[in-house]
Amino acid sequence: MINVEKIRKDFPMLQNKRMQNHRLVYLDNGATTLKPNVVIDAVVDYYKNYGANAHRGDYDLSYQVDQRYAKTRQTIANFINADKDEIVFTSGATEGLNMIAYGLGKKLSEGDVILTTEAEHASCILPFMREVNEHSASIAYVPLHEDGRIYLKDVESMMHENVKIVVLAMIGNVLGYLAPIKEICNLAHQYGAVVVVDGAQSIPHMEIDVKDLDCDFFVFSAHKMCGPTGVGAFYGKKELLDKMEPLLLGGDSNARFDNKCYIELKHAPEKFESGTQPLDAIFGFGEAIHYLEKIGMNNIMQHEKELHAYAIKKLKKMDNIILYNEDADSGIITFNVKDVFAQDAASFFNANGVAVRSGQHCAKLLQNILGISATVRASIYFYNTKEDVDYFLEICEKATREACLDIFF
Amino acid sequence: MSSLMDDPMILRSIIMDHYDYPRNHELVDKEGYKKKHMASESCIDDIFVQSKIEDGIIKDIRFDGVACTISTSSTSIMSELLQGKTIEEASNIIKNYYQMIDGKDFDEDLLEEAVAFHNVGRQANRIKCATIGWKAMEELIEESEEK
Repeated sequence: MINVEKIRKDFPMLQNKRMQNHRLVYLDNGATTLKPNVVIDAVVDYYKNYGANAHRGDYDLSYQVDQRYAKTRQTIANFINADKDEIVFTSGATEGLNMIAYGLGKKLSEGDVILTTEAEHASCILPFMREVNEHSASIAYVPLHEDGRIYLKDVESMMHENVKIVVLAMIGNVLGYLAPIKEICNLAHQYGAVVVVDGAQSIPHMEIDVKDLDCDFFVFSAHKMCGPTGVGAFYGKKELLDKMEPLLLGGDSNARFDNKCYIELKHAPEKFESGTQPLDAIFGFGEAIHYLEKIGMNNIMQHEKELHAYAIKKLKKMDNIILYNEDADSGIITFNVKDVFAQDAASFFNANGVAVRSGQHCAKLLQNILGISATVRASIYFYNTKEDVDYFLEICEKATREACLDIFF
Repeated sequence: MSSLMDDPMILRSIIMDHYDYPRNHELVDKEGYKKKHMASESCIDDIFVQSKIEDGIIKDIRFDGVACTISTSSTSIMSELLQGKTIEEASNIIKNYYQMIDGKDFDEDLLEEAVAFHNVGRQANRIKCATIGWKAMEELIEESEEK
């Protein structure tokens, strides 16, 4: 069990913050998470006490930044059971997925297939769609089961020797279901395909062991796990990173070059990290991971599951609420208010101080399968309380067509 | 007019009526019509606005697409309000509408039912919903003037 009241004291945004004249109830954790003081302090610490660039200066301050940079890489590696040379810093999951798509895409040829699902986030699917277009390859979709889940047998039915890349989220950002990644990796490897896992929605909420999953790439953002915005990382198996070309070239990632266009890059992971990295955010990223480790990933998951189960039990009794994922494996609740367009409902929540998201949640293909154009998503994190959920439920109960419009008068 | 502005029940019923029974809510495939697709304003709203402008007069306005209550009803009201107007009159109405949305002075009489959106700014992220159809029409008018 975790002590939520004690945890909440660590978050400035959870101290008397108000929205539309109500106590803020933050339930948009799938979009981004709030930051604890240790993270904010680490960001400020960089500017107040370090200031220098990494890998540049021949002076103590720069060396100290290098140390902290390397330490954060090691922290991330330990957190997911990887080696430090298998961790690449990025600006976030989006950049990570673009880098991997570019690197793997270079090796695609006509007839090759990228296998994915229709539940994927735009960041996960668009970089690979571009590679498909540029290399005359094709894209195929694992059929989603009626319940919106991905089952191993459905992946199996789509596998063949031309499938070179399998890319999918471990936990989908709309329905919150956990995909059987370990089994999918095992299957894909039998066909010689690599598996790229979008971990943006899973790593904030559960223990991740990339060696156990045996995935080839695992991508995530810091800001969804209490870290700063503008930074993220991905894991890649060392032998794959060594063979992959970086998307960006520039300072710090090259070893030498000459006027005949000869370019020699550094080894992975450094060859992927061109230009000055967001050093402040990297300082904060390391602290965010330490913070989550202290609370314990299993404790985090258990707390979220309890709140989720409690919310679902009550929501199911409400006639005005349509639920799309009552058995989600994470704290994501996707719903609509009967006869109310999702965005109108979300504004009603806003008017009552509750932050939720409406729309297609960047997964535009999934809406075809759900048969609706938009949904409302509430997403829980470990700092949410039963009181937060109760208040959210109270607003759900009050949500009617009339009430959702009255906020405009 | 000020009594209308102050009566939320009436304003709400105007919006509901235009949402449930949107006017001019069908695109046509006829000569003289120009079309605007407004899909980039937000993730959700995806509407088409079509207009026939001849000799400086807005002969017809039509729209279709997937949108929230505020986008649908504000576009529906716009389609009725600007129909038959000269482009000068229409531009002036559009200007007054934007002024209202921005919380500035505006001419209530010009806007008729569109005053229903005078407080939309209370939900700041919904301003784009209340203006999406109007922006499409503004662009269609501008394009008609370029010729």
